[in-house]
Amino acid sequence: MSVRRLDPVQPESFKFSATNLKWAREQMKKFPKGRQASAVIPLLWRAQEQHDGWLPEPAIRAVAEMLDMAYIRVYEIATFYTMFNLSPVGKYFVQLCGTTPCWLRGANDLKDVCRRVIGDQQQVTEDGMFSWLEVECLGACTNAPMVQINKDYYEDLTAESFEQLLEDLRAGKEVTLGPQNGRQFSAPEGGATTLLNGTGKAGNSGGAKRKRSGAKTKSATGRGGK
Amino acid sequence: MLKDEDRIFRNLYGFEDWSLKGAKKRGAWSGTKKFLQKGRDWIIDEVKASGLRGRGGAGFPTGLKWSFMPKESDGRPHYLVVNADESEPGTCKDREIMRHDPHLLIEGCLIASFAMGANTAYIYIRGEFIRERERLQAAIDEAYDAKLIGKNNVHGYDFDLYVHHGAGAYICGEETALLESLEGKKGQPRLKPPFPANAGLYGAPTTVNNVESIAVAPDILRRGASWFSGLGRPNNTGTKLFCISGHVNRPCNVEEEMGITLKELLERHAGGVRGGWENLLAVIPGGSSVRCLPRDSCNSLNMDFDSLAALKSGLGTAAVIVMDKSTDIIRAIARLSYFYKHESCGQCTPCREGTGWMYRVLDRMARGEAEKREIDMLLEVTYQVEGHTICALGDAAAWPVQGLITHFRDVIEERIDQYSANPKPEGSVREPAAAE
Repeated sequence: MSVRRLDPVQPESFKFSATNLKWAREQMKKFPKGRQASAVIPLLWRAQEQHDGWLPEPAIRAVAEMLDMAYIRVYEIATFYTMFNLSPVGKYFVQLCGTTPCWLRGANDLKDVCRRVIGDQQQVTEDGMFSWLEVECLGACTNAPMVQINKDYYEDLTAESFEQLLEDLRAGKEVTLGPQNGRQFSAPEGGATTLLNGTGKAGNSGGAKRKRSGAKTKSATGRGGK
Repeated sequence: MLKDEDRIFRNLYGFEDWSLKGAKKRGAWSGTKKFLQKGRDWIIDEVKASGLRGRGGAGFPTGLKWSFMPKESDGRPHYLVVNADESEPGTCKDREIMRHDPHLLIEGCLIASFAMGANTAYIYIRGEFIRERERLQAAIDEAYDAKLIGKNNVHGYDFDLYVHHGAGAYICGEETALLESLEGKKGQPRLKPPFPANAGLYGAPTTVNNVESIAVAPDILRRGASWFSGLGRPNNTGTKLFCISGHVNRPCNVEEEMGITLKELLERHAGGVRGGWENLLAVIPGGSSVRCLPRDSCNSLNMDFDSLAALKSGLGTAAVIVMDKSTDIIRAIARLSYFYKHESCGQCTPCREGTGWMYRVLDRMARGEAEKREIDMLLEVTYQVEGHTICALGDAAAWPVQGLITHFRDVIEERIDQYSANPKPEGSVREPAAAE
């Protein structure tokens, strides 16, 4: 468990945008009648996305009201689940995996980069661009060490490539998602040892073709709040 | 080595098209209607005969689990819930299924739901897997559009499939905590009984299955139970996704035959242990929750449920975490203890207090700042936590520590000796195992 409290500085109010409100009503329909409380995590998450990546207290109230839940029930969800940020975060919110599989492959070096480039944990840089947090296993262990920045994973990092990544994000440059060493997702580096014929049928060389097209790049879109 | 044509996840690495078109080319959604026509009992019998054991860690026979669901509805709906809350340190296999072969999972959901009389299924995916969630949703939308699932679909069995997500709680991978979370509550495990098959989601009969267990079901039916049971070893049949991380030359995910030896697995697919087999210190063979094994036990080790259980470890999720001789094994386990401290839901006292206590002691032991008598005290505490909590997180927190003390007591003692010889050398800095 960890101690998690609401931020002392809170906005006056929170209102879902029209699009998000419509989306929220759709989410509630996924569940049987009277079970709309099931949608609480997706709704809080959407509220956090709309509110620059952190969840303010008025949003907790708004969601409680929408779902016809007691305020305390929603409040305890917001404090129980650690992906709800209860204080402001940077435009690029770096979640650094520090659990053993990443630690074995140099997560501590990445932590040093964070401390040097960004500062202390959970402190937003003065320009509002970055904040970072050590989190527990993000489930990309074969591509360790790795970080999640907003919605995307950046894997197979080294201290150098990670620092470069942060610099590129700050400068608004295009960055490569996923593995940073040219590797094909979780295949062994340097080439797969299995599935060499694609579907296992002779003559299918789909794999090799896709590989040459290289890693996909995507422009740095920030948090992409909706 | 397993032949490529015997692999189920033929787009594991995302070389090919993940979409419906690509999945159909790889054989997904073929014969599905025929399977449903053969009836519920045939499907369950076939899965039982295949010997499939749950891929989420416990290894409970999947067909048997399905057969626990009531045959007839008493008016309450039945639910299938797919556990995609993949968070066990070392494990990253379900992610590959969801982003590269999502249709196998969707098809499996339809088949499993039909076999259990469920018309609705939820996939609960961990909150951090945002892109995977988007991919899975896109695949489900495709399946709806193609009338493969939904009302009045081509299979003649009304079936709705929804994606739901968590928000960063490891404990929601425990099935009853997952159900609590899905109902919109804190993820705190329920006491069993009643088991979910009697009173699960919204109090209705529910079965919770791992992503991989569900995704292999269609291929078992397509190729036959005897094909699946012919792979692997007795009582440990079929193929399995292994996640190899840590100190190997080329970490990777790979689908292999159950019971493959650890050495072959690492050397054939992961480029071997960094610095050679002789440089191996220890392996955590099944995700962070199982006891680690020193190299002596690894030389001819079969990677399956029964072989690993015999060594008091476990296959778990088949997440192999390799540690070479450069590893500070105390610190490695201390970091896992920190993980369990962080992820304890706080419901049961032995776990809530015990996880923090074990971490603090191990953190001191990693520096050598401890008494030798505390090693036995720590071991005793792990036994006080193990088996005294509602769910298995208490056990999972205790086992890695027990593994450390069983196999590496000499390392802890040596560290303590080093420290007491020179407790505060000049320029020493105290660095905890995790940033706090």
